Amino acid sequence: MSMRPISLTVNGTTFTRTVEPRLLLSDFLRHELGLTGTHVGCEHGVCGACTVLLDGAPVRSCLAFAIQMDGATITTVEGLASDGELHPLQEAFQEKHGLQCGFCTPGILMTMLPWIAEHPNPTEAEIREALSGNLCRCTGYQKIVEAVQLAAGGGRGEG
Amino acid sequence: MKPPRFAYHDPTTIEEVLDLLHLHGDEAKLLAGGQSLIPVLNMRLTSPKVLIDLGRIPMLAFIREEAGFLALGAMTRHALVERSALVAQRQPLLAEAIRQVGHPQIRNRGTIGGSLAHADPAAELPAVLLALGGSVVVQGRGAQREIAAADLFQGLFTTAIGPTELLTEVRVPVLPERTGWAFVELARRHGDFALAGVACTLTLAPDGQIAGCQLALTGVGAGPVQGSAAASSLVGKMPSATSFAEAAALVQAAVEPESDIHATAAYRRHLAGLLTERALAQALARVSRLEGGAAG
Amino acid sequence: MSGELKVSGTAEAPSAVGKASQTEATGRATAHGIGASVRRREDPRLLRGEGFYVDDLRRPDLLHGAVVRSPYAHARILSIDTSRARALPGVELVLTAPDLGKLNGPLPILIPHEDLQYPRTQSALVLETVRHIGEAVAFVVARDRYVAEDAAELVEVEYEPLDVAADLEAAAQPGAPLVHDDLESNIGGHYVREVGDWAAAKAQADFVLTERFRLDRGTASPMETRGIVAIPEANALTIYVSTQAPVALRGGLANWFGIPEMQLRLIAPDVGGGFGPKVMMFYPEEVLVPFAALELKRPVKWIEDRREHFVATTQEREQIHDVEVAATKDGRLLGLKTTMLHDSGAFTPYGIQTPIISITTLPGPYQLRNYSVEFKAVYTNKPIVTPYRGAGRPHGVFVMERMMDRIAEATGLDRWEVRRRNFIQPEQFPWSTGLIYQDWAPCTYDSGNYPELASRLEALLDRERTERELAEARAAGKYVGLGIGFYVEGAGPGPYEGVRVRVEPSGKVEVATGVGTQGQGHQTTFAQVVAAQLGVDLEAIHVVTGDTAAMGWGIGTFASRAAVVVGNAAHMAAGAVAEKAKQVAAQLLECRPDEIELADGMAWVRSERERVRASAGVDGEGAPRGIPLGELARRANPLRGTLAFPEPGLEATKFFSPQQSTFPSGCHAAIVEVDPATAMIEIKRYLVVHDCGTMINPLIVEGQVHGGVAQGIGSCFYEKLVYDEWGQLLNASFVDYLLPTALEVPRIETDHIETPSPLNPLGLKGAGEAGVIPCAAVIAAAIEDALRPFGIRISEMPLSPTKLWSLIQNSSGR
Repeated sequence: MSMRPISLTVNGTTFTRTVEPRLLLSDFLRHELGLTGTHVGCEHGVCGACTVLLDGAPVRSCLAFAIQMDGATITTVEGLASDGELHPLQEAFQEKHGLQCGFCTPGILMTMLPWIAEHPNPTEAEIREALSGNLCRCTGYQKIVEAVQLAAGGGRGEG
Repeated sequence: MKPPRFAYHDPTTIEEVLDLLHLHGDEAKLLAGGQSLIPVLNMRLTSPKVLIDLGRIPMLAFIREEAGFLALGAMTRHALVERSALVAQRQPLLAEAIRQVGHPQIRNRGTIGGSLAHADPAAELPAVLLALGGSVVVQGRGAQREIAAADLFQGLFTTAIGPTELLTEVRVPVLPERTGWAFVELARRHGDFALAGVACTLTLAPDGQIAGCQLALTGVGAGPVQGSAAASSLVGKMPSATSFAEAAALVQAAVEPESDIHATAAYRRHLAGLLTERALAQALARVSRLEGGAAG
Repeated sequence: MSGELKVSGTAEAPSAVGKASQTEATGRATAHGIGASVRRREDPRLLRGEGFYVDDLRRPDLLHGAVVRSPYAHARILSIDTSRARALPGVELVLTAPDLGKLNGPLPILIPHEDLQYPRTQSALVLETVRHIGEAVAFVVARDRYVAEDAAELVEVEYEPLDVAADLEAAAQPGAPLVHDDLESNIGGHYVREVGDWAAAKAQADFVLTERFRLDRGTASPMETRGIVAIPEANALTIYVSTQAPVALRGGLANWFGIPEMQLRLIAPDVGGGFGPKVMMFYPEEVLVPFAALELKRPVKWIEDRREHFVATTQEREQIHDVEVAATKDGRLLGLKTTMLHDSGAFTPYGIQTPIISITTLPGPYQLRNYSVEFKAVYTNKPIVTPYRGAGRPHGVFVMERMMDRIAEATGLDRWEVRRRNFIQPEQFPWSTGLIYQDWAPCTYDSGNYPELASRLEALLDRERTERELAEARAAGKYVGLGIGFYVEGAGPGPYEGVRVRVEPSGKVEVATGVGTQGQGHQTTFAQVVAAQLGVDLEAIHVVTGDTAAMGWGIGTFASRAAVVVGNAAHMAAGAVAEKAKQVAAQLLECRPDEIELADGMAWVRSERERVRASAGVDGEGAPRGIPLGELARRANPLRGTLAFPEPGLEATKFFSPQQSTFPSGCHAAIVEVDPATAMIEIKRYLVVHDCGTMINPLIVEGQVHGGVAQGIGSCFYEKLVYDEWGQLLNASFVDYLLPTALEVPRIETDHIETPSPLNPLGLKGAGEAGVIPCAAVIAAAIEDALRPFGIRISEMPLSPTKLWSLIQNSSGR
């Protein structure tokens, strides 16, 4: 089918590529741009591993086509650290052991990044609800919750 | 899990959409937020030859108040509705229900028009629209019509929208005065489709009698189910556990749920009644609080 | 008791059997030594999105595979027409079974067993008869995955459906449709054991209780599915696989394809979760992808998608137990008999490991002297069953702990007291269960302290207060309940693992092991073990896992064994390198090796260093003489002259080959509230007390426990694979197969005791599976307790709201 050129900004860099209409955004980021930090866990919009920021808001990149992204601004996990320094959210995940195999982690970071900006001092219950669109099979979530709490300046005990 | 091939169009006007629908007929599918369509494309459960993306039509995304109702553009994302102060103030039932649609990432892409046109039997918004007596505006070539919610939903994933028509606007009546509301659903996990859910409003007369009640359910039929008999049974009565239980019994008699891997029909019928009682009680608590606040 | 026990978090030396002062040997006292909750070293890379999982491999010449899978659970293939698929532009290869010749299989059996009388294994592609839904029928290779899936849809297969044996019980009956029509029945394995004298125990008993228990099927669902890339080069083949057993898989594939092992390099890069199914071999794709790559002389990638994962990756947990238990009126367990059906699925490549683990885990922490066991491993037209985290242990524990609760009810004794009366006591170790474990070694418990576990759990729970609060909540009309459960699990089995430790002239230390890592933090824990021996910072250590070019011997990461077997091998190898370093340093510093101390990356004369330290450098004696480890490595590998040692450099490879398993133990408690109107449950508290012997890194152990509990909770209330009578899987997606989210998994409270294993130098026991094992038993007990007014019995897992509601509806209670 007819290919079409698109131009979009990913992690601050503008890319122009020609894409087939059916190419998923997740595959475009991973295989066309080589940004393999965005992971694919289910390709039907449940696991959240492929979450990226589209114009600042977290979305499932497996549930969008690259061709729809002409003119869009996207941030992936690779855009999180700056000048080699981990983002405080990333640091908190290491500090609290918020990851094991690391496969779901990028999607969780990208989900929680805008959320903690909007929710200073969240309760545990609020964090758990915000996390509920991301599946993790290793951690049992508790240390993820603690990491988010740390990054969000939390400490407001039980929710 | 890669989607099959399709031709892609992203028109910028409604007219272009209608032209494309005429041209491609059944072979075309409209792509709104894509949060229900793209999964089934990825699973290759459907193979449309043409996808018409509505994402480039700016005039389809809006929320505004008109005479007695809120008008929402079909491409208004769930997240926008969720954050709308206008919606929260004028139709809090919609605001409450929309927070239970999927997860934040889904709500950032999903659209209100897409949800209604998809007509999933366990979705939240169809029941809300039906309970509130809302409607949708659909545009065909040279003709526009309004379809009441009661006529819109016609069974599993089926609506009264024609193959060459486009849902452009959703109309949701604003909440009347002295009215409480509740959207109560039960799902296996947070964010899942409901095993059963109830949308209701309860309007009290100044003397405390029930002046009006709106009631619709999700997850207990082929589409959203209106609890008309139950709702009208309440009018003129004083709100009480007894009157709510009677209404719940009428709901249970009216619904015809199916068994599936998540729940038996008997359990769903039971939930329909139970959640009706709980929703009515919550709506009553809210209207009482409003009234109390007004008095104070 | 006090002599046996070591409180977690303290720096006291253990004093268990055969363990002299460990403090110095293990470096427990240092900030990153054994016992320190070091932050993980692998994290920054993973957090930046710089992990390297199989699907992250990119190459310009890469081709992509897709598998054509059977839509039937049992059918005969009448014809396959691949012509339309081959004609599609971009398609490079379409394979069906005959194309593979003898390489198609049947594939070898991984773990034969004398009681698996009729083993049957899968083939790479089905030649004649499909035996479970999703079985691979054809393999397509194309320029990208999209085109490969297009082509897969164009492969036309004509099937003749056959009668299906889907239900476990029905399949075990005579006259059931045969999964393998060359057999007389679907019973593939039949196992009978008798410990003590069940009949005599039954005759002596004050009462005998009988019950039937059932656990159903689930799937491990690591967030990363399986994936394989095969890259052929002039004289070699490199294969990347998301596997838990890279060395074993390399050996198997080299043998299968007739490639010398040294020319086949297999790499398990970052693996996004394993939990058991990624130990299985061979999966059909592990043959298909290398075969296609060799055929096309181009690299080929296949990544399992989530829908495939539901039918093409192995599953676990379906068993039915009929149980009789004999006891006295004062609550003493005299004997237990169980007759069990185990659903093997369509093939038995993994032998009967899972049911054997079940029946050997069943006795738990109790003095069970008369035990009669019989099980049948039954073929069904469903995907293959192999171990999934817990691997049969949750079933055994479910049976025993449910029966302990029943004895408590029957005797009117408190649930805790019944268990206390039957515990194996600390002075009774080693305790022989009289059984042979999954490793063909005696199932003999090495050490433990079960009464102390119970006391710790009571303390963590604040039992008195909790019971008061429960009573108050009940009085207020709430349905709340407490469940408890204990377990002992065999872990850390052999045969062996090896570690090579090598100090490079730069001072960097390379540690190589054959096991793969799937999130367990091996970069950190193995480094802690090595750092303690060599006196270097963790930053100096690089751990290589899962690359056969770095370490060609190994078994795999499963059965909570990596820390135990690799950890001790690392300890031994690093110890040997330390000895060598001391010898080299002693020559240069003109002293005896035992006068050398390794610290801060240097070798010192201990007495000099202590003297300087004592005087804080003010007495003008000058700095102590020290030689960097890297310098010692260089001196031990001179370019000319003679070598003063039999081997060059600072390098050692050591193997740890345990002669039997270790036996970690623990207990869990849950407080659950049930809304009887909706039958929804809420876990108000979940508590774990855990003994995995010495903990290398308590933070990582805690993470392992949490993850296990989350999977256990999934198996209790959310995760069930639903098959219909035609063997169709009705919920093959994450929409309908429900993994717990952050809202379903409660906060988990943990405490640890450490009774070191006397069976290995570090005293390790293994921690990978602890969290999951008693979960089903504990939640069942808590729900039953909460719903005591209804008098319902929970003898089946998983539950669902609809099932629990039916139980309540049909109950005798209010």
